Amino acid sequence: MNTNSINMRKPDSPTLRKKTEPYLYLLPTLLLMCVLLIIPIIMVIRYSFYDNVIINKNPVFVGLENFKLIFENSTFVVAVKNTAVFVGGSIVFHMILGLAFAVVLNTKYLHRRTKAVSRVLLALPWMFTASVIAILWKMMMNPNGVINYLLSVANLGGSHIEWLASRDFALFSITLINIWAGYPFYMVSLLAGLQGIPNDLHEAAAIDGANVSQRFFRVTLPQLKPIIISLVMLDFVWTIQQFALIWMTTGGGPINATEMMSTFIYKLGFSKYEYAQASASAVILLVVCTIVAIFYVRHQRGQE
Amino acid sequence: MVGENKWYLKAFAIVVLIFGILYAGFPVLWMFLNSFKPNARIFAWPPVWISEKFSLDAYMEIFKDPEKVRYFINSYLIAFVVVVLTIIVSILAAYSFSRFDYPGKKIVNTLIVSVQAVPPIVLLIPYLSLIVTFRLHNTYGALILTYMLLTLSYAIIMMTGYFNTLPKELDEAVMIDGGSRFRALWQILVPLATPGLLAVGMYTFMLSWNEYLFALALTKTNDVRTVPVGISLLMGQHAYEWNQMMAMSVLGSLPILVLFLFFQRYFIAGMTSGAVKH
Repeated sequence: MNTNSINMRKPDSPTLRKKTEPYLYLLPTLLLMCVLLIIPIIMVIRYSFYDNVIINKNPVFVGLENFKLIFENSTFVVAVKNTAVFVGGSIVFHMILGLAFAVVLNTKYLHRRTKAVSRVLLALPWMFTASVIAILWKMMMNPNGVINYLLSVANLGGSHIEWLASRDFALFSITLINIWAGYPFYMVSLLAGLQGIPNDLHEAAAIDGANVSQRFFRVTLPQLKPIIISLVMLDFVWTIQQFALIWMTTGGGPINATEMMSTFIYKLGFSKYEYAQASASAVILLVVCTIVAIFYVRHQRGQE
Repeated sequence: MVGENKWYLKAFAIVVLIFGILYAGFPVLWMFLNSFKPNARIFAWPPVWISEKFSLDAYMEIFKDPEKVRYFINSYLIAFVVVVLTIIVSILAAYSFSRFDYPGKKIVNTLIVSVQAVPPIVLLIPYLSLIVTFRLHNTYGALILTYMLLTLSYAIIMMTGYFNTLPKELDEAVMIDGGSRFRALWQILVPLATPGLLAVGMYTFMLSWNEYLFALALTKTNDVRTVPVGISLLMGQHAYEWNQMMAMSVLGSLPILVLFLFFQRYFIAGMTSGAVKH
């Protein structure tokens, strides 16, 4: 390195120590990540190629047999479809709500204090853990619950709908719950993005005669694009692995109506003890998430 | 000037805001109100807002039950230890990234970023055998180590960002005065990075407090279980005691609500820096 650092070195400190120093700082992190991340990932990939892992002391190598069984499993196909609906619906409505609330919280039409209080209130769903959200919405979506009452008062929908217990509504209902639970992250991120847009861009557009909606679509949205792309990718990775909310509201039921990749893997592993097949489906999920993550990291690096 | 004060835009903003506040706030309000009702009044038709029998009984029932109190103690304890350990370990790693150049740095950095993409459920199956091998099944240790893994990558990225904003001359000044690098880190850099530490702490606390999957799968008895699992177990137990479940939910959400209200800026910084690049 440079002469300065050589001069500063104490005479008795060997170069070896200098060279190992940065690694020493990294040691606890590396240790934890090796033992709890890299080794488990290698293990789960290995499990996915074997039969009867964990339970049997001498598992047999079966190649892609587990993957074949998974893709032939009709429940898995249903789980993938449900996950697609759940993830797609969640992302679209998180974006719509998050953007709408962020824009309103950023307008000049409202008083500063109104906006500050509203920001806290609108961020509320963010404060609750999945088990609280699950239990709260289970209560509200009960056939005798407050949602059915409000609908009956508004003369919409008939009586006592089984939101979570009927095959027709369950997937729709848990998507609704997840939309409520997840939009504040979009709102807060997009608000930070909106506040970062230089004011002169809007002023220049206004001078050129652009109206409000033109300014929104031609100035605001393009400026937010990098954040929107990050949000969609992050949300995809988070929502595709959502387990807690589904597990505690419907458990994947009724029948398979709300079975997702995550609940499918959990049940295969922890109630059917098919660890090898559970590992194979976990590997499929891992591959999907890794592909998205590669794009995400590239996107983030590109912005630097 | 952008200032055409169009009344319909203002009206539209107010309508969106009112809709939003009702949408976000009503379920939360309903949770609070129901925690003060006797169980029999929860599903009254038409619903009652505030029962004539307003009471704190549901809360008393929770405080009187040592098992439920234990969930809270466990949650606080685990979250506290995870916050402290994650902060210490992430400071060390971030210091290495921010102040040194060495072979392999890029690979380690990529590894750390990519942790966030690994779905926890993928790790769960190998964890079972791993945790049993380490004799950590049904212990605080298993959950603490797991939550450290889940929070570390984010904490390191965040702290590296903070350290990068502090000039290297600062640590060099300490070292010229005869201090070690280690002293420069803890006495100069760490105090200057307090906002980053608060944000990291907030994020880490929230994750440990809220985590459900591992807390469910890696514990077996109530003496190590955390609040989210405790709440979900109430759903299975006796005839649904909705008022108690709501009271427990209120108590379980309180720490996060308090942190959010008092440290909103750091909270938001800690939770959103993944999506927002400055």
